[in-house]
Amino acid sequence: MRNTSTVSAARDDARAQAGNLAEAMPYLPASSSPFAPTDVDPALLTWAETVAPGGYTSKVVARGTRLRFTDVTGDACANVLLFSALATWERLNVADTQKIPWQAYLGEGHPLLSGDGRVLATIVADTSGRHDAFCGTTSDAWNTRKYGDAAPEGPSPSGRALLTLAAAKQGLGPRDLPPSVSFFQGVRVEADGAFRWLGSAGPAEVELLAELPLTVLVANTAHPLDPRPGFTVGPLRVHAWRSAPTGPDDERFTRTPELHRAYLNTIEHAEARGL
Amino acid sequence: MTITDTDPGTVLDWGGPLVEGEVVLDDRIPARAPWSAVVRAGHVLTIVDVGGNQSADCLLFSDADRTVRYSVPDTLAWQGNAYVRTGTVLRSQHGTPLATVVANEVERQDTIGGACGKESNTLRYGHHTEHQHGCRENFLAEGARNGLSARDLVSNLNWFMNVPVEADGTLGIVDGISGPGKRVAFRAEVDLLVVISNCPQVNNPCNDFNPTPLRTIVTAPTGGPQ
Repeated sequence: MRNTSTVSAARDDARAQAGNLAEAMPYLPASSSPFAPTDVDPALLTWAETVAPGGYTSKVVARGTRLRFTDVTGDACANVLLFSALATWERLNVADTQKIPWQAYLGEGHPLLSGDGRVLATIVADTSGRHDAFCGTTSDAWNTRKYGDAAPEGPSPSGRALLTLAAAKQGLGPRDLPPSVSFFQGVRVEADGAFRWLGSAGPAEVELLAELPLTVLVANTAHPLDPRPGFTVGPLRVHAWRSAPTGPDDERFTRTPELHRAYLNTIEHAEARGL
Repeated sequence: MTITDTDPGTVLDWGGPLVEGEVVLDDRIPARAPWSAVVRAGHVLTIVDVGGNQSADCLLFSDADRTVRYSVPDTLAWQGNAYVRTGTVLRSQHGTPLATVVANEVERQDTIGGACGKESNTLRYGHHTEHQHGCRENFLAEGARNGLSARDLVSNLNWFMNVPVEADGTLGIVDGISGPGKRVAFRAEVDLLVVISNCPQVNNPCNDFNPTPLRTIVTAPTGGPQ
């Protein structure tokens, strides 16, 4: 029987909870993550967290940070928005992200572009190959129709509800939420334009390299086209560590003419800011 | 006087409304220029591709709450298809209908390709294009007249533009499938702020390398809401 009848008893009760573990939680310091990548010096870790199914998170990360998303079970869906932390009206532009590389499907080497001619992040590693930049994330109307509920406190939160909360934690509002991309649940386009569900490749990892200081919003919720009738989402793990942004010595710097100019623009912008 | 780069000798077909009814607005958008108007719920906007293969980049906002705006992914996910055709419901980021395409004289309309802009042009074509005019500039200028800013700009519709997606995901803007006088019409489901950039791009085939005017006509359909 818990005793919380007085302030000191309530304080003792609250303090006794320290050290409890949950399936989804941040690990602080990040180097203490029980799931820390074995190929990364733990001292370099700056962010380690397991995002709950139906959960969200947000973080401001430095230029040159590597962000690894891990789909632990094959059922995660990382709905991601990126903003320049220097000026958040510069943000992920999905149309430019598909059009400028002449490629609709995200994979290793694909830049996540802003609408201002710069690379916010580069996909530098990908063991899934099943992602989507067409369908965005779910609305309340969609999840209510499909699952009967869309509230962030309910059993099947919509991506928009979660991203709205993540945005608010960074001082951003509804006007600041453009279309998002999602990782780990693939979609392909047929010749007549119809979407074909590809789904998951199983447990997998995707790694992003922050080419500018970024505000990162993540919602881990079912893809709009997931055909399963029940809300099915697995845990999403995030680990981030200090590294260096793409530079002239990297092979991808000049991989295509569009990418080359995008990195030139990004580096000029960062250096003009004194970064 | 209008600013226009239209080639002399271009065939122009100014067309007319696709839906019968009282004409409540009839505008001509010069080549390269922006335009906006509020289309009342139930009214139909016809856009005429006067010179043929002229991309009309288009954003929609609920006039009652301009944070409610056109959403490419919601529109596409809801219909399960990447192209816009007759019957497509143009939805907001909340999934709610903003407008419905009621008539269309082009096989498919694009909403994947986004807008051109000074900065993105540098990636696509080189830094020599930085000082060319772009749709993003048109959206920012016309948006400012309506109290909107960069935060309000999202992925858009591209009436009369052709962006195929190939089997391996290769996608891009190719020669158009529209022509002089071809039209599209959509009915506003709510009072709708419509912002159009008459695309000034001259580095790809979205305008046949020849920016031309557009005509916008709003009709109150016979027997429909007044």
